[in-house]
Amino acid sequence: MGLEILVCMKQVPDTQKVKIDPERGTLIRKGVPSIMNPFDESALELALEIKEAVGGRITVLSMGIPDAECILRDSLTLGAEKAYLLTKGDFAGADTLATSYTISRAIKTIGKYDLLLFGKQAIDGDTAQVGPEVSAYLDLPVVTFVSDVIKVEKRSVVVERMIDNGKQVIKAPIPSVLTVVKARQRLRIPTIDGIVSSFERNVVRLGPDDIGADIKRCGLKGSPTRVKKIFSPEGKGSTSYIEGNLEQMSAEFIDVLKHKGLYRR
Amino acid sequence: MSTGDLWVFVEKREEEINPVVFELLAKGCLLNEHLSGSVIAACIGKLKVSQRDMLSSYGAEKVISLFGEEEASHGSYDYIEIAELLYAAVKESKPSILLAGATFLGRSVMPLLAVKLGTGLTADCTELEVDPERNILLQTRPAFGGNILATIECAVKRPQMATVRPHVFGMDMVRRACKIEIEKRHYNVSGISPLKVLETVIEKEKFDITESEVVVSGGRGLGASAGFGLLEKLAHKLNGVVGASRGAVDLGWISNSHQVGQTGHTVNPRLYIACGISGAIQHLAGMKGSETIIAINEDPDAPIFEIADYGIVGDLYEILPKIIERLK
Ligand SMILES: Cc1cc2nc3c(=O)[nH]c(=O)nc-3n(C[C@H](O)[C@H](O)[C@H](O)COP(=O)(O)OP(=O)(O)OC[C@H]3O[C@@H](n4cnc5c(N)ncnc54)[C@H](O)[C@@H]3O)c2cc1C
Repeated sequence: MGLEILVCMKQVPDTQKVKIDPERGTLIRKGVPSIMNPFDESALELALEIKEAVGGRITVLSMGIPDAECILRDSLTLGAEKAYLLTKGDFAGADTLATSYTISRAIKTIGKYDLLLFGKQAIDGDTAQVGPEVSAYLDLPVVTFVSDVIKVEKRSVVVERMIDNGKQVIKAPIPSVLTVVKARQRLRIPTIDGIVSSFERNVVRLGPDDIGADIKRCGLKGSPTRVKKIFSPEGKGSTSYIEGNLEQMSAEFIDVLKHKGLYRR
Repeated sequence: MSTGDLWVFVEKREEEINPVVFELLAKGCLLNEHLSGSVIAACIGKLKVSQRDMLSSYGAEKVISLFGEEEASHGSYDYIEIAELLYAAVKESKPSILLAGATFLGRSVMPLLAVKLGTGLTADCTELEVDPERNILLQTRPAFGGNILATIECAVKRPQMATVRPHVFGMDMVRRACKIEIEKRHYNVSGISPLKVLETVIEKEKFDITESEVVVSGGRGLGASAGFGLLEKLAHKLNGVVGASRGAVDLGWISNSHQVGQTGHTVNPRLYIACGISGAIQHLAGMKGSETIIAINEDPDAPIFEIADYGIVGDLYEILPKIIERLK
């Protein structure tokens, strides 16, 4: 059948290793390794599975600093055919609206896609907004919080998505945007062949002119929201330890429950 | 001059109003003390009289009910259709603030709406305030897996839009229910959603974990899947449900619908009991909003103790059976 699949991805600091400057309440990014956003890994894995099942081509797209090329290169070794990186000063400092505008301009420029996959959110910002917002700019339907792709047909795709109290099976037309939660399968690792053949492919860099973007709508300038303040969450105060022998500890545990009104009797 | 109205999107789940709506209305009333517009509940379709009274007693001064040209194909509109209807209504009335719960539905509707309106949207807020001098909404939210909090504002574009995490605000009744104005509006929104729902599966446990007042969670420290049987007993005694760390889920001890954390559920129960969980930042991201946290861990240096209100250093297999026995 041959689908054109686009996967949008972000390079993020590994939040597990992020440290806080206790004095200033800011993040110390230095020395923190960068990784492909885990939800984007899931999106890429789903794309690779779709490609295996029905055939097609995968394009990957990212916006970020030049170093974000790493995650695109990794994608090429796994079987993506084309890679684009939006990287220019004008794009920096973008909130979700400006980011989505920029990405949607790029998509309009680089091709027509049947399925456009995003991780549901990036683990640094955790907004879950860019996928749906891009869909709105492109005037395409979006299925949010997709956990699996069940069936791909010529004109439609059947997916499973999460809702607050369970799940739904949804049939969406092609083309559609899908935002992907943690998928069943971990992202595969590249084969030697994959690595070797990726050497022939390059990451194409794009700036505002290449995508016909209005720079007033990109980056910090194009962002209606501003971060006013960053601070670290207050500690919850001190921990009281429940101590003593088992009898004493279990009795005190129950006193705590009673005191909080969580156990009556 | 009026600073404009504050709207709350009324999310319904199988005909019931999601409790986060009442939290937002009550908070909206507090915010509105610094503003001069009205607090308005924007709902899709019909409301029962009892529901209208609830909205009123939590602070709505008026209800706007939105209807599309066509009946919703599945009895209720999906997020694409809801975004269309809200867009039409917001364009007409120009509220200054629009709030929705940070639920799966709210987080699907609001980004679509933000692009249509060309305005900013702040996701998953845990605090809202008004800057009284500038009448601007200050929206605070966690980022970097909960490592930091950021306060965000949308100074120029309107409405100022935010999704707000359920359970972070109290649900205090503001007044006794009074008869409030209901305005019905019909909009000719373009067509119906291209998405078809083939099947909906309601998972009881998933529903419970985000709604329950007590969550008893286990991690790798349980040592084996059987350990969850013990937690199940404790949870049962406290009318709670069982949660898990990803460590335990990855080992296949329990299904991932129980997972709490950045890649699992976010829970804010009144009581969270963490047993044999080290307290990795990704786990904390999903449970630190809990009112009271009790941690049981062998390792006195486990990071979970840093956020726990109460700590028990010891073997969970010694202490839990004793507690369960006493609860009999
Ligand atoms: C991108 C990403 C997303 C993630 N998302 C999540 C998420 O959503 N949720 C999540 O939980 N994790 C998540 N993780 C994983 C997280 O980093 C930790 O690896 C995980 O939470 C550890 O699980 P644990 O606390 O059960 O195990 P461990 O860290 O191994 O801790 C086990 C604890 O049990 C204690 N213990 C052992 N035996 C006993 C005993 N008999 N009695 C009492 N205590 C005992 C030990 O002292 C230890 O502290 C994520 C990681 C990444 C990279």
